[in-house]
This record gives sequence, C-alpha cells and structure tokens, in this order.
Amino acid sequence: MQRIHRHRSSAAEELEVIAPSKLAIENVSKSFKGASGAVLALDRVSLSVAEGEFVCLVGASGCGKTTLLNIIAGLEKPDNGTVQADGKPITGPGRERLVMFQEPALFPWLNVFGNVLFGLKLKPSLTNKDRHDVAKYYLELVGLSRFERANIHELSGGMKQRVSLARALAPNPRVLLMDEPFAALDALTREQLYGDLQRIWKARNKTIVFVTHNVREAACLGDRVIVFSPRPGRIREEFAVDLPRPRDINSVDLAVHATEITKALKSFGQPEVAAAE
Amino acid sequence: MKRFLLAALFFAVLVLIWEVLYRAKIWSPVLLPSPQQVAVYLKDAAVDGTLAKATVVTMRRLLIGYIIGLLVGLPLGLLTARWKLWQDTIGTLALGLQTLPSVCWVPLALLWFGQTEAAMLFVVIMGTLWSVVIATETGVRNVPPIYSRAALTMGSKRLHMWFKVILPAALPFIVSGMKQGWAFAWRSLMAAEIFVTILTGFGLGQLLHYGRELSAMEQVIGIMIVIVVIGLLADKIFFSPIEKFLHRRWGTSQA
Repeated sequence: MQRIHRHRSSAAEELEVIAPSKLAIENVSKSFKGASGAVLALDRVSLSVAEGEFVCLVGASGCGKTTLLNIIAGLEKPDNGTVQADGKPITGPGRERLVMFQEPALFPWLNVFGNVLFGLKLKPSLTNKDRHDVAKYYLELVGLSRFERANIHELSGGMKQRVSLARALAPNPRVLLMDEPFAALDALTREQLYGDLQRIWKARNKTIVFVTHNVREAACLGDRVIVFSPRPGRIREEFAVDLPRPRDINSVDLAVHATEITKALKSFGQPEVAAAE
Repeated sequence: MKRFLLAALFFAVLVLIWEVLYRAKIWSPVLLPSPQQVAVYLKDAAVDGTLAKATVVTMRRLLIGYIIGLLVGLPLGLLTARWKLWQDTIGTLALGLQTLPSVCWVPLALLWFGQTEAAMLFVVIMGTLWSVVIATETGVRNVPPIYSRAALTMGSKRLHMWFKVILPAALPFIVSGMKQGWAFAWRSLMAAEIFVTILTGFGLGQLLHYGRELSAMEQVIGIMIVIVVIGLLADKIFFSPIEKFLHRRWGTSQA
C-alpha cells in the first residue's frame, strides 16, 4: 500500500500518461443551513476518478461524504466548484450515474422484477424483449432469479440490497454510486456481497464510488481509499490499496491496510468548527 | 368454508331472535313485522321491478357523483400536495369542508338546483370530493423522498414521476380516502333521497321514505336491508380486493 501525497507532484507524475478521468471534482464546497447556523459540509474538495476505478470514501458521519456522492449523482448542486463526468459538467441526475442508497429505496408497489425493470423502461432505445432479457440477466447476476415474482417486503435485508444492486446495474450506467449500501446488513451477508460486488464490478467494468464509515470495507473494496475529516468536510489523505483481487475482508494483509487508514482517521482529532456563513 | 358456515349460522341466529321477538308480541306487529313479511315484501318488490328500478336510480346517482368526485379530487389533491399556494387555499378549504357532515349540503343543493338530479349529484360529489382531496394530499406528502430520488437518477421526470412513482407510492392513502369518500357519499345520498322527492327517479331512499308515510314497516326494514347489502357488496367486490392487493404488496399485516 502507498500513502498518496495529495498536494505535491513530482516531475515524473506530471509527465506520466494519465488515464482520462471519468469523474472530475474540483474545489467543490457545499454548506447546509442547520439549526445552529450554516454547516460547511464540503470544503474545497477535489477528486478525480479514473474509468473502471473503485474508489471508497471513508470518514466519520457528518464529514460530507454522502453530500459529495449526491453532488456526483446530480441530486444536489455544489455552492462552488465544478463537477464533471466525461469532461461534461453534471447538471442533474442521469442514468449514466446510478445511485444505490443505504435505506431501502426499492418500490413496494412493484415486485422484484418490476423494480429491476423500472430503469430499463426509461430507456426508449430498448424493445420490451430486450428489457426482459436484461432484467433477467442482472437478477441472475445477483443470484435472485428464483425471486423475480416476490414482493419486496418478503425479502431479507441482504436480498433487498441485491435487488437494489440489480436495479442500479440494469440500465447499464458507467458509474455506480453506492452510499453505505451494506451498513444495515449482518456480517455474513455483507461478506458475501463484497465478493459479489468485486466480481460484478470486474465483469461489467464499472466505475464505482463507494461511501462507507467502515474502514475494513473500504480497504476490501477500493483501489483507492479517500479519507475525509468532518466539519468542515475535507479530503485529508488518500491510500492506494494494491492487494490482489478478489479480496477477503478477513485476510491479515487487509487488516494491516485497515489499521493504517484507521490511524489516519483518528489523527484528525477534534473536528474544526466551521465558521461558514 | 368453515368461516362461511359460522357466518351463515350467525345471521341465521339473528333472524331467529327476530322471529322470537315477533312471536313474543312485545311490540305491535305494525312496528315489528316478522322476517317472513319482510321477505314477502322484498320478493314482491323484486318481482314487480320496483326494487330493481330504485336500486338502478340510486346506484346511478351514486356512481356518477362518486366518479366525478374522484376525477376532480385526485388532481386537486396532487396540486395541494405540490404547491404551497394550493395547500393554503384549496387544502384548507378541503380540510374545513371535510368536517362538515355531507348531509348539511342537502338544503343548499335543493335551493340551488331545485328538486333535480343535479341536486342529488351535487350532494354525492361534496361527500366524495373532500375526503379524496385530503387523502391524496396526505398520501403524496408521505411518499418517502428516497423513492423520487431513486427514480430521478434512473431518468424519471415530471409526468412519469407522478404516474409511475408518486401516485403508486401514495396508493394506500388514496384508497383509504376513496373508501371514506364512498361511505360519505352513500350516507349523504340516502339522506338526500329521504328528504326530497325527485320526479325524474325514485331511489331507495324514497322507497324508505314512503314506507314510513304508509306505515309499511316491512317496506322500511326491507329497504334498510337492501341498503346494508349494497354497502357490503361495494366493500367486498370493489374495496376489499384492492386492499388485499395493497396488503400483499406492501406487506402491511393481514392475510
């Protein structure tokens, strides 16, 4: 693993042929009005994500990582700074960047198959036959073919998140934005999903931005782990995780990485008090 | 099957108690006819067509008024949920008028429309409308924002969002509002029919009224039974299946 120094660049780095960035976030700031005045959720955050990269954002709650994800999704607008996908500014939500939420966002009025079909029906280029085939393919991929007629409330937490994953994958977005999708699941189910997610990410060649407060999870999934400090939300450090895949969350090597990242997280100490307007 | 038999037994016992009370002659037979007399009245009324005709007249008023109430109430509810101005105006009006028992519309309807079908329709519409507006508004407001956010990222917009996300998500509320609207409309229509004779159609309420005028107690009780049965059928045939579907899909209790 290597610790990446963010604000220095060597001549070698400057001259390196860099893969075109899929997502380019520059100097993004965002504040919210809270009960006790404005809170600076993000303070001049810059981040670029390469095509096919798996980037994890970690930090204590309130560090703005979810806000950043929502800004990339186009669900929220930054106060300052620019956000680009494929070199074009992000002006709103788009199915090129689909979100998988922590809370169950599946539609209870549709069954499993209907949920996966929802995004596909919004793609006019597809025929109904295509849509059915694609939905079936992704349900197969997440291992839920047998449950396509099931109602959402009949599924376990892990199965719900699998359906959410299939629904997010089905319209074939280039970028998948995941907001603590496994936080509410039990450890065993989570570990299965780590394996599945790595497999699917490779097989479908996605760019993934994954928000979590679980350092091990971040080290297990990410090519890069970005560490945030809270209030104001800033990127403090970033780590490249170069372990071979598929990774096992219980491996010793991974634990070493996780310890390092945890140390960095703890080193921030008391959060600074933001004096934003 | 067992449930059905038990229920049938329950109603048989009710009729039996009625028969016993009749035979005990505690009240004059003019006030309490026997089950048999009521059955004979119902049979005769069914054979000569009075019952069918009155039922058709009443149901037509009810259905037309109810459907208009729904068609107006749903969009109004959506508007009040969507825009503050509508909420402050139509929303407040709906909230106020919903507390008004719909029978109270009858005098006004008579003065405005005279003894016409329009008066009947007006009363039914007023009974339905406000419940539907309020239920739709509440339903839409209670849709978890996460649904529309998820739909937004998948490319859902405007009309698609309303019809494929917001409305279905609000469906449990809307259905209970429809049910309440139905109950209010049914009650107010009966009241209106009992109060007012309308020459263009002779409904169940009017049959009830004339039963009283003629002191024909078997007619009064017979028509009351018909009214109860219609209410039950509406519930079993129309609302029950919808509610069952909602319970199954949403997983909210009940088998």
